[in-house]
Amino acid sequence: MQRNQSRQGFDLGRAVKKFFLSGFVVFAFIAYVIHERLTNPDASLTSAPLTPINAAIPDQSSPLALAPFPPNSSSISAGPLSATSSPLASAPLPTDTPQTLPNSPAASSGLYKDGTYKGPEIDAYYGLVQVQATIQSGKIANVQFLEYPSDRRTSVEINNIAVPYLQQEALQSQSASVDIISGATLTSEAFMMSLQNALNSAKN
Amino acid sequence: MGMPVTIEVIDPSATEGLFDTVFKYFEYVDGKFSTYKENSEISQINNHDLELEAATEDMKTVFELSELTRLATNGFFDILHNGFFDPSGLVKGWAIDNAAHILCEKGLENFYIEAGGDIQVFGKNSQGNNWRVGIRNPFNIDEVVKVISVSDGGIATSGTYIRGQHIYNPKIGDQPIIDIMSVTVIGPNIFEADRFATAAFAMGYEGINFIERLHGFEGYMIDRDKRATFTTGFERHVLHD
Repeated sequence: MQRNQSRQGFDLGRAVKKFFLSGFVVFAFIAYVIHERLTNPDASLTSAPLTPINAAIPDQSSPLALAPFPPNSSSISAGPLSATSSPLASAPLPTDTPQTLPNSPAASSGLYKDGTYKGPEIDAYYGLVQVQATIQSGKIANVQFLEYPSDRRTSVEINNIAVPYLQQEALQSQSASVDIISGATLTSEAFMMSLQNALNSAKN
Repeated sequence: MGMPVTIEVIDPSATEGLFDTVFKYFEYVDGKFSTYKENSEISQINNHDLELEAATEDMKTVFELSELTRLATNGFFDILHNGFFDPSGLVKGWAIDNAAHILCEKGLENFYIEAGGDIQVFGKNSQGNNWRVGIRNPFNIDEVVKVISVSDGGIATSGTYIRGQHIYNPKIGDQPIIDIMSVTVIGPNIFEADRFATAAFAMGYEGINFIERLHGFEGYMIDRDKRATFTTGFERHVLHD
């Protein structure tokens, strides 16, 4: 009886210690997460670039390649400049050349050197895509598409999301010899009867 | 049907009697199914002089095939129009198919049968190549706008340019098809190609999508803007100059 009681008291003390220890661990983890969020708010936006980032031409070393575009300010919403292959395939491509990103927080922090920077050619599955960014006064002034495959029939169909398998062409007369010709009925009783009726009514 | 029938046989075993058999078969079908002949069986049914239950086996077969096709095309193929039955959108292909079987049973392997622009081909042409089939230009009937290569199969074209508006979309009544000029369908045989070409034409622009979804069929649609739209596998059949 006594032995049992003393053991219970001993177990209770250990349980309380365990509780406080695990509580401290949980608290420390939560505090760490909050701290990270507060000090690095962009972390969640830049977490998943699809391809390695290497946008700027190497002759001018520029932090452009490392800075994410604001996600909602343009159609190239994927983040880093060169990580555009899959979003470009699904988002409508801007057809007018200059595209300004005036409210870019990265630009406003003055990280960029003025100049014009070409991104690499990226294979967007249906063709190559290449963009060029222009920096003025440390801000992104223009983003131009140097290359995107709008001239190709397949890419146009993908971009329009219209009947992706069917193809079109203008009618063109063929001179090759044929064995047989397929077409709608050349002569028929209906045609003859219609003609006859027309001629009959033409008589009166 | 009242239309020219052309038969070309490459096999040397072909006889005049065989040609006669086939031409007589077409006359038989014409006499039974022509809606322009007052005494044809189809006219008797339309005049309520004959019940379908009392009709011949061939007539019942055509009605059954028409109903199956109506169901397979979501109602776009329908032989009932303004209270009259007109199975001509299917009978021609069915008749050519049957005629081709007559020749096959006699051991012929290289021939074609053409009736009113619908074609069944077997084997090779006189040069030993696939049969070369031209698609007529609906804007200029003396012109061919595509040449395709087919060995065993059926090629049917449904259109409006010769007879006037003779195909109607059964879902919108008497409004004629005006946005497309013709649909050419390549299929496993002319019966299949003919009935689905008729249905595809009745669907208008949507018809080529219908053909695209059919397994074993390819299509070439010509619209009123002199533009052609064709299915994924169509290019495989095309012969270039």
